Amino acid sequence: MRNLIIIIAFNFLFLKPVYSLIEVDITRGNLDPLPIAVSPLHVDIKSEEFKDLRIKDLGENISKIIERNFRSTGLFNPLKKDAFVQKPDIAHLKPRFEDWRLIKAQALVTGKLLVKDEKLKVEFRLWDLTAAKEMTALAFTTTPSNWRRVAHIISDKIYERLTGEEGYFDTRIIYVAESGPKNQRVKKLAIMDQDGYNTKYLTLGNELVLTPRFNPTNQMVTYMSYFRNMPRVYLLDIETGTQEVVGNFPGMTFAPRFSPDGKKIIMSFAMDGNSDIYTMDLENRIVERITNHPSIDTSPSYSPDGKFICFNSDRSGYQQIYIMRKDGTKVKRISFGKGLYGTPVWSPRGDLIAFTKLHKGKFYIGVMRTDGTGERLLTENYYQEAPSWSPNGRVLIFYRETKTDSEGKGFSAKLWSIDLTGYNERMVKTESDASDPSWSSLLSN
Amino acid sequence: MNLSKFFKNAFLVMLACLVLSACATKKVQNQMQGDVYTGTETVEYLASGVPDRVFFATNESVLTTASRDTLRKQAEWLRKNSKINVVLEGHADERGTREYNLALGERRANAAKDYLMTYGISANRISVISYGKERPVDSGSNPLAWSKNRRSVTVKAN
Repeated sequence: MRNLIIIIAFNFLFLKPVYSLIEVDITRGNLDPLPIAVSPLHVDIKSEEFKDLRIKDLGENISKIIERNFRSTGLFNPLKKDAFVQKPDIAHLKPRFEDWRLIKAQALVTGKLLVKDEKLKVEFRLWDLTAAKEMTALAFTTTPSNWRRVAHIISDKIYERLTGEEGYFDTRIIYVAESGPKNQRVKKLAIMDQDGYNTKYLTLGNELVLTPRFNPTNQMVTYMSYFRNMPRVYLLDIETGTQEVVGNFPGMTFAPRFSPDGKKIIMSFAMDGNSDIYTMDLENRIVERITNHPSIDTSPSYSPDGKFICFNSDRSGYQQIYIMRKDGTKVKRISFGKGLYGTPVWSPRGDLIAFTKLHKGKFYIGVMRTDGTGERLLTENYYQEAPSWSPNGRVLIFYRETKTDSEGKGFSAKLWSIDLTGYNERMVKTESDASDPSWSSLLSN
Repeated sequence: MNLSKFFKNAFLVMLACLVLSACATKKVQNQMQGDVYTGTETVEYLASGVPDRVFFATNESVLTTASRDTLRKQAEWLRKNSKINVVLEGHADERGTREYNLALGERRANAAKDYLMTYGISANRISVISYGKERPVDSGSNPLAWSKNRRSVTVKAN
């Protein structure tokens, strides 16, 4: 414990104000990723067994997760370990900077761990090899079964130190796991770590479930279910498994999302052929009608300050994106490009709205400023939709479906992610086919 | 085989290909008017001569002349069978965003419901459910498949 305090104090006093030579430029697509060496964490020989964990390999395995996280950003280039020049424990004390520079590394991560009394103690350091300095250091203690999260938290801390932005590795994705033929898809709610591990299924697939979304302030989820053939919005506590219908509406409710403070659900309610936007306060259960228009109003999403709502409406004749005040006044259309626009979702940074666009038989994921200017299309495909922001507003995750042949064969649905800059498009691994992803907030916050 | 005979044969083969492809195109056209499905391949019958479904144009919920004709037959059948209640299931094709399609399916089923009501069928005999793009009848990714999927299907509820 004393060690920890010393390390944190050291970090606080000496390191934060120092602007190192290595800063990762994240303002544009990074074509020159930063070479970084992630040394295996040294495993203290005093470590004890814990359940079926392979303690001997734990340091190596944690470093591999960190490397995978870094590679997935497109901003870093983790170097091969066989070129490493120092043993983990020695490097962790003080690296021979000139030796690490020889293998063209610019940053080095070192660390050590001890498993004792059913606790995992980890510390790590980030070294600037060019300036020959320690940049950051941290120590913490947790239960050994949390070892994957340890790797994600270390990744976040390093990412934050090198890019100046909050990390997004200690997060989870909730999505719909799909199986079966296209005309009879079985859909289950599933949750996994951001890197595709620890998948858990939250429903059995007996009824259709769609569009799960995280509460940005806790581990609650809202989603739509066809339970008992009544399509309604539900609220689910993923820790306890308890769930309930949201509100008492005499018809279909859908397209739910939480307000940024997590206290309200905003959604569409369809009645007599007309869909409008409503909110329900989760504390006092008061339902408020936000839009009142004979057109379809759906896919609402709050601005991060909670003062505005962007949504999808066909009041102009076709699907377009609109914004309004949180009380439904001052409705203003913001999408004016060619084609149809849907699924607007406000960036957690507040400055951008991500959307799906359909134009000439192609689907695009794009972003525009909140006044509709500066539209940028990030990716084009046969079918893709429903972007969701990483909690730092850096990466979008969405789903993509393939075209089938005349017999309906060849269908698949997968999750993909892309950097805000339009670079680094990659498939996100899931155990089965998947759609409707939603990114959680940082778990460690 | 001399050269002229070869060309003659080749010409015949080409002609045959053209005729065949023309037939194929015509077949598709016969099943669609504009982009509304007019075929009967997927249609089931609530009773003899009473089709169970109506079809829509892309992004539309307007009933076509053929749809109104079908719904009048359904209304007549419902009047004769006054103990039967129905569910109208509204659907959309796969070329739209999921949430908008849920709303669109609901709008389509309600267009059918409104029409049945103008022909004297009580609202409390009709319930409506939208499946959006979740339950296609044709899994193909082509205009004909999509036209079959843009539909409102009347299903017996009891």
